[in-house]
This record gives sequence, structure tokens and C-alpha cells, in this order.
Amino acid sequence: MSFVADYLHYTGCFGLVLIGLYIVLVKSNLIKIVIGINLIDTGVNLFLVSVGYIQMGTAPIFSEAQAAGREMVDPVPQALVLTAIVIGVSVAALALSVAVRLYEHYGTLDLSRVRELKW
Amino acid sequence: MKQALSLAVLLLLAVGLASALRGPSVGAEANRTALFDDQKVNFGRRYTSRAREETGAPNVVASVVVTYRGLDTLGEVAVLFIAATGLATLLHTGRQRVSGTAPEGASLIVFTGCRFIFPLILLFGAYIFVHGHLTPGGGFQGGAIVASGFLLVYLGCRDREPSRRRLNALESLSGLAFVVIGLIGLAAGGSFLLDFLPKGSLYALFSAGIIPLVYVFIGFKVGSELGGILGDLSGARR
Repeated sequence: MSFVADYLHYTGCFGLVLIGLYIVLVKSNLIKIVIGINLIDTGVNLFLVSVGYIQMGTAPIFSEAQAAGREMVDPVPQALVLTAIVIGVSVAALALSVAVRLYEHYGTLDLSRVRELKW
Repeated sequence: MKQALSLAVLLLLAVGLASALRGPSVGAEANRTALFDDQKVNFGRRYTSRAREETGAPNVVASVVVTYRGLDTLGEVAVLFIAATGLATLLHTGRQRVSGTAPEGASLIVFTGCRFIFPLILLFGAYIFVHGHLTPGGGFQGGAIVASGFLLVYLGCRDREPSRRRLNALESLSGLAFVVIGLIGLAAGGSFLLDFLPKGSLYALFSAGIIPLVYVFIGFKVGSELGGILGDLSGARR
């Protein structure tokens, strides 16, 4: 189990991605699928931030902790994730609006009961 | 069946990811470094060591988002705008209005509390995006807080509902202002989104060139945009 212990942060974020993928693949309720997409999103964001983490690093803001000599973590993935969170919100909103229209048209959110869409 | 198949695929993915993290197991011993080990790239170090002198902002993430990667931020704002437009199109075209289902008003306590708290939430959001270059936060975070204030209005006190036309105008104008700031930089120094304002003294509110200005406009844009999305999703009257 030393592998899991060494890469605990990566295990966690890829675990989130895999749980999200499982939900997207298996569940047939549209709202649950949107939740799964959001879980994938969160896992990827967590992964990007943890790639930029430095042991015992402080936030990339010039402050007292930085003046005391602690190194700052990588700011580039954080800026990237800032972008990705907003994009994730807009993707979720768009997916939910599709779900609203689908519910109005078919009267159900269960994809296995929507006749034109089956797998 | 579907479940078992999906689990098998995910297990395969997990094994692949684990071996990718551990690094290649073939090849010379010297080349066998793990894909993501503690050896970080020095790209971030260049920003953390020089951003304060180059942009005048203590918050390195803010200077990356607005100054070094300003064009990407403009693209991100465009993505948000396209998503909001697509959502409004999906929800409002060819759709019959459901009649006679006016939601029941909230109780007096919720109503009064909502009207009391809403301006304070707006103030807090404005505080977050005005201080984006000094403290954790910035335009996107402040805008999200402002949008949460709008969510409270849509849930608790509909009479304070913002006019959709005004929200759209505010959103378009602040997006335009972002582009105009970029074009002024182009005219002043020859590159888009160039920092044409003086740096000022470190840790002062009016410092760091265009960063606070751009963040205020991003805050307005994200706040009104997310507020509009929430209004569309909660079935607000147009």
C-alpha cells in the first residue's frame, strides 16, 4: 500500500474522476449524470492544483508567511483552475437547461424511458 | 451487464493511471522518472519570483490571470457569455408559458431577512473583487458571491428581482470595457492588454496598474451573467 500512501493526493483526485465516469456511464437519470460530470470536473481541478503544490508551500500571495521564508506554491495551475471552475459552472448550467427542455418534452428525466435515446 | 462493463473499463483506466503515475518500467534506469514527482517545473518559480516587480500586485494568481494570461481570461469570459446565451436560447425559444402557477410568496421572516441581507452580499462581493490584486479573491470569485445574492433574491424576495434588461446591459457593457482596456493598451504600447497604468505603491488599493480595473469589470460581468443564468433556470419573468 505504499503506492497509495505516496500518491494519496493523486489517488484521491483520480478516484473522484473515476466515480464521476462511473455515474455518467451507468446512471440513467439526467440530473445524476450532470452531477457525475461535475465530479469529473472537481477531480480534474483537484489534480491540477495538487500538481502545483510544493511541500509546506504557502499561498502565492506576498504576505507574512512568504516573508518568513516559506516557498510559494505554483500559481499557474491555480490560475488555470480558476478558469476551469467558471467553465465547469457554465457547462453544468447548460446541461441542466437541456435537462429542463427534455423533461418538458418527454415528461421524464430517465434516459432509458426516452425512446429516441437508448444504449 | 452495463454496470459490469463500466466497472471493467474503469478498473482498466485506474490501473493505467496508476502505472502512469509510477513512471515507465522499461528503459534505462536513469530515464525512469515518475511522471509527476516532486521535481516541479520552474515556470511557476519565474512568476513567483518576478511578478511583484513586473505587475505591482502581491497576489501572483491575479497577475497571472489578468496580466500574463489576460487574453485567455478574455476567452474564458467569452465562453461564459456563450454558455449563458445558449442557456437563454434553450429555455426561451419555442416554449409555452405554463399558466396559473405563480409561486407562493415567502414568509415574512424570510422576506424581510432576504431584503436585509441582499445589499450586504452585494457589498461583500464588491469587496472581494475590488481587493483581488491584494488578497485571495478576484473578479470571478466576487462575481460568484454577487450571483449568490441574486439566488437569494430569486428564492426569498422576488419583488427585489433585478430587471433582466438591466442585467444584460450591465453584462455587455462590462465585457465591452474589458476589450476597450485591452485596446487602450494596444494603442499606448503596442500590445493587447498591456499594463498602461502606473504600478503605484505595493499593497495599496490603487496600485498594480490595470489589474483592479479589469477585475472590477470581470466581477460585474460574471455577477450579472451568473445572476441571469440563475434567473433563467428559476423561471424568472423576462
